[in-house]
Amino acid sequence: MGHAYTPGLKVTERMLIKKNRILPLKGDVQVKVGDMVKPDDVVARTLLPGNVLPLNVANKLGVPPEDIDMVMLKKVGDPIKEGEPIALSKTLFIFKNYCHATLTGKIESISNITGQVLQRGEPSPVEVKAYLDGKVTDVFPNEGVVVTCLASFVQGIFGIGGETYGKLKVVTRDNTMVLDESFIKPELKGQIIVGGSLVTAAALKKAIAVGIKGIVVGGFDDKDLRDFLGYDIGVAITGAENIGTTLVVTEGFGQINMAYKTFELLKRHEGEMACMNGATQIRAGVIRPEVVIPSADSSAISEKAVESRIQGLEIGSPVRVIRHPYFGSLGKVSALPAQLQVLESESKARILEVEFENGKRAMVPRANVEMIES
Amino acid sequence: MAKFENPEDIKVIVATDCGSTTTKAILIEYINGEYRLISRGEAPTTVEAPFEDVTMGVLNAVGELEELTGRKILDDKGKFITPSRENIGTDIYISTSSAGGGLQMMVAGVVRSMTAESAERAALGAGAIVMDVIASNDKRLPHQQIERIRHLRPDMILLSGGIDGGTTTHVVEIAELVSAADPKPRLGSGYKLPIIYAGNKDAMVAVKNTLADKVDLKTVPNLRPVLERENLGPAREEIHELFMEHVMAQAPGYRKLMSWTDAPIMPTPGAVGLIIQTIADQYNIEAVGVDIGGATTDIFSVFRPDGTTPIFNRTVSANLGMSYSISNVFAEATVPMVMRWVPFHMNERDLRNRVKNKMIRPTTIPQSLEELIFEQAVAKEALRLAFIQHKNFATVLKGIQQQRTIADAFEQSASGETIVNMMSLNMLIGSGGVLSHAPRRQQSAQMLIDAFQPEGVTRLSVDSIFMMPQLGVLTEVQPKAATEVFEKDCLIHLGTCIAPAGTFKKPGPIMKYTIELPEGTVSGTLNTLEMKLFKLGLAENGLPLTARATFEPERGFDVGSGKGSKVTMEVHGGVVGIILDGRGRPFELSSLSETDRVSYLMQWIKELNIYPEGDWSKAR
Repeated sequence: MGHAYTPGLKVTERMLIKKNRILPLKGDVQVKVGDMVKPDDVVARTLLPGNVLPLNVANKLGVPPEDIDMVMLKKVGDPIKEGEPIALSKTLFIFKNYCHATLTGKIESISNITGQVLQRGEPSPVEVKAYLDGKVTDVFPNEGVVVTCLASFVQGIFGIGGETYGKLKVVTRDNTMVLDESFIKPELKGQIIVGGSLVTAAALKKAIAVGIKGIVVGGFDDKDLRDFLGYDIGVAITGAENIGTTLVVTEGFGQINMAYKTFELLKRHEGEMACMNGATQIRAGVIRPEVVIPSADSSAISEKAVESRIQGLEIGSPVRVIRHPYFGSLGKVSALPAQLQVLESESKARILEVEFENGKRAMVPRANVEMIES
Repeated sequence: MAKFENPEDIKVIVATDCGSTTTKAILIEYINGEYRLISRGEAPTTVEAPFEDVTMGVLNAVGELEELTGRKILDDKGKFITPSRENIGTDIYISTSSAGGGLQMMVAGVVRSMTAESAERAALGAGAIVMDVIASNDKRLPHQQIERIRHLRPDMILLSGGIDGGTTTHVVEIAELVSAADPKPRLGSGYKLPIIYAGNKDAMVAVKNTLADKVDLKTVPNLRPVLERENLGPAREEIHELFMEHVMAQAPGYRKLMSWTDAPIMPTPGAVGLIIQTIADQYNIEAVGVDIGGATTDIFSVFRPDGTTPIFNRTVSANLGMSYSISNVFAEATVPMVMRWVPFHMNERDLRNRVKNKMIRPTTIPQSLEELIFEQAVAKEALRLAFIQHKNFATVLKGIQQQRTIADAFEQSASGETIVNMMSLNMLIGSGGVLSHAPRRQQSAQMLIDAFQPEGVTRLSVDSIFMMPQLGVLTEVQPKAATEVFEKDCLIHLGTCIAPAGTFKKPGPIMKYTIELPEGTVSGTLNTLEMKLFKLGLAENGLPLTARATFEPERGFDVGSGKGSKVTMEVHGGVVGIILDGRGRPFELSSLSETDRVSYLMQWIKELNIYPEGDWSKAR
């Protein structure tokens, strides 16, 4: 049997971060291997094909579809301007009836079966930015690049909002305090702030008004999330919300103290530039939100850089319980009995014993803990 | 692999199902005149990096079978040894797959409720996930439809529209939209997207002219040649072929796996549908199967609306599931509907956070009884909602003008009416963790009854270890083995539910019953809102014991022979037994007062012995 535990979220002082920065369609890469890049630098760009707008010319001019070629003023591939006549029918050689283009672009196709003309709009540019402060270590021609940096790294459990960056500022005294609106000051504009066990809905709203770029916090209330977004998140696929800031929750829903180790790591890097992304996808190919604090020596990256170790659970492993009745409690594994045990729910499961920070011990299913990885 | 002219010569079978996370292998052998499951093994699926070769997971799972049974199935080079001899090798190897996201399709038709719906039925029946249905009247503007097609990256598209000989314009218009969108396949950029055309045969040439340059176009006979009839077989077969040819061939390691199997690899849900159809055919019954997973719930049904011809339907409720989608179940069902099944109070804010925490950490399990009761309440609502979707989809064909005679005047079935008939349904089969692994089987039975509300006499069962996919593909090679193992090893027979249909205004008797149990005959009266359980277990061969029973419903209630009519029949037992359900149909728990609701829930829990006594029952 494999390891019966949930791999934990990564919180580490130093690791090699590699990010693929890839275009949605083939295009041009703007940088080369070895270039140093800043988060806002464009590393690749392309043109997305324009929208297609059908126009039933045959219907509009009252001609049979098979006669459409006789009335068309433009042919496939011709450029068109919105409002420009693209077809003309004459009745009794006196009355002229025009059909006008409804967008600017070109003629994509003309059908003599349906009488439909497809107009293709002008292409729109798409840019991919570096996101990290780092070095270009690989280029996929016409597709994108890999940006690499040495960084401190905090993986969250859930987030909303997309990629952003800013100076890190710890605003609560410790990892247990609630981040309420009294902490949100105008001078925090453009920064990424760190709170303790919970961010309130009022604080989040004020943070957006002030122009705070991101918030990292232990917990968030689901009811506030729904009130804030205006809808309930049914499946955890986020990152595309346009809310004016990015939120990364490190522990879960409800008021839960941010893990001490996470809070201390962020505190040590106060004042440094951090990049963060709230995008979360909990499906096969899981994506977790993250805070990346690139270190100044990224220019010296070598392929032999720091590799993190993946370990199984063992006695003494630091763990977090991730389900009731001990949800959010932190502790260390104190026993790993091999046999299946019957839980209060009467389910049979492999369990472990946790010694919590207050010295108390409890049996918990292995599926209900996650390792605090380093 | 060895080829067998006569299926009877197949004595040893190895079958795998390559799921997105786990590859499950089963070993079936012919012993003492019957096919039986010998053992099962499992290993993580190895489609994704760093392995990127599905066959590694297959070999690991089969390796576990070898360890558990002592049979040497693979040679030193990791190849299947065939044919079998004594304790070595296997006669055939077969597999299903849903790894890498399964088969993802887009379908298109002219009228949403007619040809587009027929196309959707064909794709779902073949085991696909339908990403979107495009139709001329789907209320989207053409440019929105094009935008949508462009963003989806399906494995293939099924294009239908028009009856043979009808107008060609509309279906060609849809083809033009697809052409303008120039869709790309999900896997691999080195090949053209396969599109199956199954529409008006007169439009075939025009569709070819529109699409053939951009996509890999296949044509099959119209799936709706006339309004009154569907012809889904050719489209489904083509989908399976393209699934093998394109989708499977692109996935890492599948070419090798395809060369090992003795029957084409089938999409997992397609195989489940096949075994349910086979069982319904073999026993001439109507059946509903449900598979509730973490992200989705699949429902399969076979009904005979005309009394003879079986009609198969499958639906996938994409966002109704017990972990990844649990929050969506909660949002769609609403809090009061979930909490009506829970006999104690829970703080709503806390509850919402618990649900979201399960969503973001989907692999956790309920430790406390309170959590289990809550999770099973969510399951009932997920199943209920998925079944509503199924009923709305499994309908008689829409858009048909019906000729009526005077005899129909009293029992009119409208065009588009559901063919799901809970009274004529014979068997309800549940699978998926929450049903198959419930700590007590009574919990599984109660979840099925509360969610589906079967009427009259209905047998209940659960799939013990989810081997329906492997048995489904086995029906193509050795149907006898598939059905024998299905009944004896795959199914856990829970028992039979007898639920008189009808409503009541005031409490009172609802049905008289007499059941000739092996320990002696029991008889009595079932009252409104009462549930009763009688033990009737399994025989030594694992099949359910039967008992002769007579049910005499009160006026206004029906157990299958009409309102107030007596029924005498054989009823099947199981690990739970015979459940009499006096709650009426339709049964609406929300109509009870808060005190009554909790009091009745506790009575049913006690009568059926659903949960152990604990702090939860005192704290309410």
